[in-house]
Amino acid sequence: MIRIENAGHSYGSQHWLFRELSVTLPSARIAAILGPNGCGKTTLLRAISRTLTLKEGIIDIDGHVGFVPQALTADQSYSAVDMVLMGRSRYLGRFSSPGRKDRERAYESLEEVDLLALAEQRYDRLSGGQRQLVLLARALASDCKVLVLDEPASALDMANQGVVLRLLLRLASSVGLTVLFTTHHPDHAIAVADTTLLMQRDGTHISGSTGEVLTESNLARMYGVPVRRVDVDADEETASAIVPLHGLRSKKAPDQPPAP
Amino acid sequence: MGSAVSGSATGLQSSRERPVALLYGALAAGLIIVLLWSVASGRYQVPFGTVLSIILSHLVAVKTTWTTTEAVVVETVRLPRVLTAAIAGAGLSLCGAVLQAIFRNPLVGPQTIGASSGAALGGVTVIFLVGFGPLVQIGAFGGAALALVAVLALHRSDNLSPTLTLVLAGVVVSAFCSALVGLVTYLADPETTLQVIVFWLLGSFAPSTWLHCGLVAICTTVAAGVLIGMRWRVNVLSLGDDEARTLGVNPGRDRLILLAAACLAISSQVAVSGTIGWVGLIIPSLARMVVGADNRQLLPVSTFLGAIFLVAADTLARSLTPAEIPVGIITALIGTPIFALLLRRTTKSGAA
Repeated sequence: MIRIENAGHSYGSQHWLFRELSVTLPSARIAAILGPNGCGKTTLLRAISRTLTLKEGIIDIDGHVGFVPQALTADQSYSAVDMVLMGRSRYLGRFSSPGRKDRERAYESLEEVDLLALAEQRYDRLSGGQRQLVLLARALASDCKVLVLDEPASALDMANQGVVLRLLLRLASSVGLTVLFTTHHPDHAIAVADTTLLMQRDGTHISGSTGEVLTESNLARMYGVPVRRVDVDADEETASAIVPLHGLRSKKAPDQPPAP
Repeated sequence: MGSAVSGSATGLQSSRERPVALLYGALAAGLIIVLLWSVASGRYQVPFGTVLSIILSHLVAVKTTWTTTEAVVVETVRLPRVLTAAIAGAGLSLCGAVLQAIFRNPLVGPQTIGASSGAALGGVTVIFLVGFGPLVQIGAFGGAALALVAVLALHRSDNLSPTLTLVLAGVVVSAFCSALVGLVTYLADPETTLQVIVFWLLGSFAPSTWLHCGLVAICTTVAAGVLIGMRWRVNVLSLGDDEARTLGVNPGRDRLILLAAACLAISSQVAVSGTIGWVGLIIPSLARMVVGADNRQLLPVSTFLGAIFLVAADTLARSLTPAEIPVGIITALIGTPIFALLLRRTTKSGAA
């Protein structure tokens, strides 16, 4: 469970990024955070993963957080399994190195994300999607109860987005992890999140069940772009997409170029 | 599929351990050979076998076949010098590897980060005030620590290009320390302390005695125990502070312990042999090309290679020409071109 109460933060003397933010995310469920750039999503994640102290409010979590950063940079030439082993560090004394048990746990975590075959590969030679999975395995290897991911699917192609989202569903339902992730894709929240926290640029927020929060009107107000929700009923499953109406292919006659 | 792949993965694990054992065997053998070669060579040649017999005579009963001169040359002239060089090289290289990892910067070394010149300033000040003695070690340690604090303070105020600003901060602090060293040298009494200071600053293992050897051995062993002991923490810190924190490690405290240990080793090297550059910068980078970035291998391998390199450099320094060349010149001649290559590689890959 993650309980956030009256959270607020600002950098320096700037205006409040967000304030009076209160939300409770139940255990073994998935929650998504959406919001425009600069609304404080990353700040909130950093506060939850204890790399930043908020100006106001309390964040209450049972157990430690397994944090999965964005796998954008890769200047690390460690092997994938060594990278995962880093997740065991909190259990190791200052003068000890990972032992057999830690290594077993690392291989187990790599197996959970289906990446065992690449265990000995160098991390910086993996693809973006594989790196994201290695970082996820690293969080799993730390035996966390709460998994927090910063835009886990945003840099991935469509197939890998599916891989990560399916994995999150499985970790919540069968492993019992509480999962929290930020995203710029409302579709991803609709697909897997039970709860959604919608942060707005004016520092206010809306939270609740994903269906209630991610309405066309809320999304349009948040991003400042009109949107339509499209529901797909395929043979085996249903899916939804949020389509923004940017006015790119207008049905109205195109503007005439001004006469010279 | 899981179990099938799992089998091959554990297979990989054990097959990776054999080359590692071979590597350490080769490094240890290499170090012993270089040590013996170094003791044997010089203006007064002592045959290889004789060197071995003289050393072994302290451990087991060996029939005396050597002259008293040979024994004196080996036991009181060469051996302390060669061992001092080995330990100093090991310490410099190990510290360089740790500094490069925790500052996430391949261009960092004991010298580029200002620690060596800080130690020199501390040592010179002590010589100026009270003369040469064991206090020089304490002065050097204090100077190295102060220089590091200054570099970190300068570096924190600018995070535009962290890799290069750290090196630039090191250059600034080194230059400032050198200016102060110049000032102290200028003020020193030409009749007494000036000669001691100038000779010490040149950087040489020539005056090494068993006392020097003991001092650098004790300090470096303590430091190496901490640095190599914390090799996994060094790995974690190399990911950056935020990452380390989310992994449950307190980066500030660990870095402080590592830096203090590094200062101890660097300052003891400076105290016994003056500033010797480049070893701690290039040897870890070369070692990284061989064993990769994992500090569990990189730190011990760097330690061995540093010892081998500095013993070889010191041997060349005293046997290439009839008059001895300061060893710092040899390490700089080898080190600068390699550093230039590393700089090119680093800036090309965008790490700066």
